Amino acid sequence: MEATFKRQLEEIACKVRIGIIEGVHAAKAGHPGGSLSIAEILTYLYFKEMNIDPSNPKDEKRDRFVLSKGHAAPALYATLALRGFFPVDELITLRQIGSRLQGHPDMKNIPGVDMSTGSLGQGISTAVGMALSSKHFGDNYNVYTILGDGEIEEGQVWEAAMFAANKKLSNLTAFIDLNNLQIDGTIDEVNSAKPIDKKFEAFGWHVITIGGHDYDAIEAALAEAKTVDKPVAIIANTTKGKGVSYMENAVNWHGAAPNDELYAVAMEELTAALAAFN
Amino acid sequence: MADIKTVATRVGFGETLVELGAERDDFIVMDADLAAATQTGKFKKAYPERFYNCGIAEQNMVSIAAGIAATGKKVVVSSFAMFAAGRAFEQVRNSVGYPHLNVIIGATHAGISVGEDGATHQCNEDIALMRTIPGMTIINPADDTEARLAVRAAFECDGPVYMRFGRLAVPVVFDETYDFKIGKGVELREGNDVTIIATGLMVKEALEAYDLLKAEGINARIINMATIKPIDRDIIIKAAKETGAIVTAEEHSVIGGLGSAVSEVVCETVPVPVVKLGVYDVYGHSGPAVKLLDEFGLRAVNIVEKAKAAIALKK
Repeated sequence: MEATFKRQLEEIACKVRIGIIEGVHAAKAGHPGGSLSIAEILTYLYFKEMNIDPSNPKDEKRDRFVLSKGHAAPALYATLALRGFFPVDELITLRQIGSRLQGHPDMKNIPGVDMSTGSLGQGISTAVGMALSSKHFGDNYNVYTILGDGEIEEGQVWEAAMFAANKKLSNLTAFIDLNNLQIDGTIDEVNSAKPIDKKFEAFGWHVITIGGHDYDAIEAALAEAKTVDKPVAIIANTTKGKGVSYMENAVNWHGAAPNDELYAVAMEELTAALAAFN
Repeated sequence: MADIKTVATRVGFGETLVELGAERDDFIVMDADLAAATQTGKFKKAYPERFYNCGIAEQNMVSIAAGIAATGKKVVVSSFAMFAAGRAFEQVRNSVGYPHLNVIIGATHAGISVGEDGATHQCNEDIALMRTIPGMTIINPADDTEARLAVRAAFECDGPVYMRFGRLAVPVVFDETYDFKIGKGVELREGNDVTIIATGLMVKEALEAYDLLKAEGINARIINMATIKPIDRDIIIKAAKETGAIVTAEEHSVIGGLGSAVSEVVCETVPVPVVKLGVYDVYGHSGPAVKLLDEFGLRAVNIVEKAKAAIALKK
């Protein structure tokens, strides 16, 4: 990847993280940890990979994205706002009465949101439906989704995986955000779905394992995904809470908002990181 | 009676899908390994490339349908009522209902008349479950004629539609002049002593009850309420005002179904007695469907009893 472009993406991901923290802090609630871990994946999808147009968010032939781990809505909202789907200023209305930025994505009211999600395990099935529709009706767009590593404990995920492989939905790519933490603890402590790669392979998927904060790896994986005649699972090793020192790999930041003091610390770190790009 | 044609409403469902398949190619039909029973197998045979079998995974099927609908296409999913409304309830609620997507749920084998399969498959709760979902349309056709018209109407509906069909062959009540509109109850018999509001296979029983009551000098008004949601408030309020007592009759639990829907309207507008006939908060069991309908009191004679009880409650 060209260095200048990569630097641009890194800068955008930094702004996505600022949007996540500002939104969750203003809401005094939300899920910062698993939002911060997918900033690079979302940035690459929306600023490089996907065929989308913020001025025509309902274009029938657009690529689709489903945030199967819907609780990472703050990350999706920040990415969509930065991409031009709605004003960035709106991010601080997250979870407030009167705001369209619901606690979990709402396709009816938020420009750029292709599917309402939040109940884990259902998003991947809807993405499968979109990929099926694309192939069936000859629209030929691609469908992307991001699942949590805790989310894949839901049985529906594997129903969807079985169907997608049987129907050879090669236009479907699912990222698994492998940050190793879920609400009640590490995924190993709670009910590990590992080995995740072997499971998806056994279900008939093409599996690629990458570092989830590495743009070169994300780009290479998505390029490889286009060459296979199967649905593709990209297992992205990530750091939960990435970019905010005290949130990194800390299970208690799955679903909690920083107080004013910790908000200041987070913003100091993120604005310093952003300043490094100038 | 012997020459009356009987056919299960699920048959009209399957055959109408085939007709629609010839008229339009903008929809997909899905099933969860019950295509022969639900009758979507007929569509599968006619249009194999437009039919997708999801296997025994109803939750996945419903969410897949939501994804298809989210791309602007029509989709019909089918399974038994127990699995479509029961097992996949939360998928119907969150994947389909919340985004108000155009998914038609063809739920067959509803109610006690499933028969021999017994309690695990006799869904007497589906209307109650589906009624709680905002924006859901619920249609429970009374016979083959209505089933066919209802399937066509569902294709023109905005938002999700839950269609309830039966396994048991039931008499054809309506001829080709019958006019079906979603959200409209139909007055089948005039009367001012009591109103019997029936749905599904209980409509035929209600018409028989009309004759039995007539013989005793009681003039009952008979209303077919195929659309449970949105319920036809006007026809209910008019009946409450003009007849002063209502009986509801449904092959479904008395908790949350037609009887509850009617009671909700009546209580808040024209409070008059509403006596509910249905399955009284119990599970069914195995046996021939027609014997179960007798045993569980889902017959004209039972409606007659309830009609007299309702009249006795009038002030």
